[in-house]
Amino acid sequence: MSEQPSFTLDGRRIPFRDGQTVMAAALAAGVYIPHLCFNPEFAPHGSCRVCLVKVNGRVQAACTTPAAAGQLVQSEIEELREIRRGILQMLFVEGNHVCPACEKSGACQLQAVAYYVGMLAPHYTHFYPRRSVDASHPEAVIDFNRCILCELCVRASREVDGKNIFAVRGRGINARLVVNTPSGKLGATDFSVGDKAAQVCPTGAILLKHHGYEIPIGQRLYDRKPINVVGDVAQLSESRGGRRHD
Amino acid sequence: MSTLETAARPEYLCRIAIDPLSRVEGHGKVTLLVDRDHHIRQARLHIVEFRGFEKFIQGRPYWEVPVLVQRLCGICPVSHHLAAAKAVDQLVGAREIPPTAEKMRRLMHYGQTLQSHAVHFFHLASPDFLFDFDHEAAYRNIGGVMADYPDVARQGVLLRKYGQEVIRVTAGKRIHGSGTVPGGVNKALTLQERNYLLADLDLMIQWGRNILKLMKAAYAANPGYFTYFATIRSNYLSLIRADGALDLYHGGLRAKNDKGEILFDHLDYRRYAQVLREQVKPWSYMKFPFINSLGPERGWYRVGPLARIDNCDFIATPLAEEERREFMALGGGEPIHVTLAYHWARMIELLHVTEAIKELLLDPDLFGDELAARGEMAREGIGVIEAPRGTLFHHYRINEDGLIEKANLIVSTTNNNQAMNESIRQVAERYLDGKELTEPLLNQIEVAVRAYDPCLSCATHALGRMPLYVELVSEDSGSVVDCLVRDADGTVRNSV
Repeated sequence: MSEQPSFTLDGRRIPFRDGQTVMAAALAAGVYIPHLCFNPEFAPHGSCRVCLVKVNGRVQAACTTPAAAGQLVQSEIEELREIRRGILQMLFVEGNHVCPACEKSGACQLQAVAYYVGMLAPHYTHFYPRRSVDASHPEAVIDFNRCILCELCVRASREVDGKNIFAVRGRGINARLVVNTPSGKLGATDFSVGDKAAQVCPTGAILLKHHGYEIPIGQRLYDRKPINVVGDVAQLSESRGGRRHD
Repeated sequence: MSTLETAARPEYLCRIAIDPLSRVEGHGKVTLLVDRDHHIRQARLHIVEFRGFEKFIQGRPYWEVPVLVQRLCGICPVSHHLAAAKAVDQLVGAREIPPTAEKMRRLMHYGQTLQSHAVHFFHLASPDFLFDFDHEAAYRNIGGVMADYPDVARQGVLLRKYGQEVIRVTAGKRIHGSGTVPGGVNKALTLQERNYLLADLDLMIQWGRNILKLMKAAYAANPGYFTYFATIRSNYLSLIRADGALDLYHGGLRAKNDKGEILFDHLDYRRYAQVLREQVKPWSYMKFPFINSLGPERGWYRVGPLARIDNCDFIATPLAEEERREFMALGGGEPIHVTLAYHWARMIELLHVTEAIKELLLDPDLFGDELAARGEMAREGIGVIEAPRGTLFHHYRINEDGLIEKANLIVSTTNNNQAMNESIRQVAERYLDGKELTEPLLNQIEVAVRAYDPCLSCATHALGRMPLYVELVSEDSGSVVDCLVRDADGTVRNSV
């Protein structure tokens, strides 16, 4: 019987199965690599770049790099923490992320990853883009100010819900999330709060309507423990901001 | 109204600015225009901050507003949180919220009032009582109080801490928590939290009584100064409970004139716009509210602790009621107009809220499990509360999607705008006029403003409606060549 192949991550042996990525194998072994656009239920996307690791000395996205026997992978090193902090700092100034008033604060993956990588201030000049809030749907609201273009809602709607409600339009700095209807309004779609797409947002961009702040401070997802201990928003029952569907 | 609002010939006067005003919340300044014989010709309180909350919450979801608008202030965010929450209750059709929710909110509010009154009296205002005007300026602060009156300073710090702990237990954080949800609150009290808060409460009540002794001693030591300094006759506005009791969380609007006669009573605060108006003046970012039926000249009023004690028929907690009776006896049947008595009234309220917190903590309703109520959605909501500094109005209108379309906030300090200006003019005329102005004399102006406990950061938000004057002045003659005016309604005209 042959031994399961493995690679080394920050000095720890990580076994993997054929076809697994560095990220998938690390998470399966209980080792956290920070990420935003990665969700094990969907095909890796490799767009947020937060999961950058060094594989045999070369910087690559852990979520898209296939695991290979004998790889030497580094993750928790200052060089990468600096890159990750920079990415988070850019994400925070590119949109309008007003944590003090955001209902998702304390249960937000973006915020939790920022804390994890040691980002405590935005650093860069804010773009302050003019973005809208789409509250046309009776049960959900989309705050485009908080979208980080992870495309998890796009993938969830297309691959799980079979509705193809969301898309990303434009390129580069002009890329933005849109709703696939002539009016561009969520209210014109058959979107439902029970959809997978309603549950995967790592920020406060897609929220339940008429509800907010129902989990007391101190009991929210990341109030007591950091994300590397708690896990992702989407993987937990509190993923809907801990709110009740009533 | 004083004649010192606008000097006839400002170009020939010397300008003296007290900038910034010290030991108040937010940023403001006082300008004095003085002639060559040291006579004061103009005195104005200016608010130099600009906030814009009414504008930038437009387009935000209504349920976000109580958490968003509390960022107006770091001293009394709970007041904004609760005023907005009361407005949101109306938006979600919660005509009545469950007893647990109301009492948790009251507890939060009393904790807020306690810490805010403590921070104002001990940290900001106590040097005005404990030190002379001409005491070294660098010593007239909480550091000086700590050095010379360590027990007073310690009690002040711990009273504030206790109030902050009440807020933390009810709202999750000492500053900028999130205790309310549409139609209620997000948590009840636990037995452990109740016992924690009860442990020190009797000591807080005792300290509340001690401060009143200190306050009365300060009055007795110099009744003439106390009675006349910055004192003005005015109307008074506050919320009042249905039975006439002092109520800081809910009630109808009561206004009295300077003789104590009722102008309106138990008025549903959702009708505030029928009785109150706001005037805009070209030299101030802060608006000037007045009672509509009396007009801007006679209709300005005062709010806050003095107004509340003047307006109420009684206080429902025994120790504070005893103090109220003793206080009101000074007026001989009329309202107390003494501006420095704001401090005294504030300490009566501080004692009241410590007693009220004890009553609440012993109330089993705080442990209930029905936390929120809902009904039929409405498009307009108005929440009013007695914030530490006075009556606070939050008025919101939403569109069919639930996004804020219009917001109007009349903040406590704004209500006192004209009164603060009148008080500094009284001080300027009575104590400064004809004298060469020195720092101790200018400090008296600050003492007058400080009595009102203004929160200047909360009080300015008239985005897009600021009137502006731009004057082109001849370098040679000093005469005005051209003048462009933007009026309060946004129209621009040439006035020359």
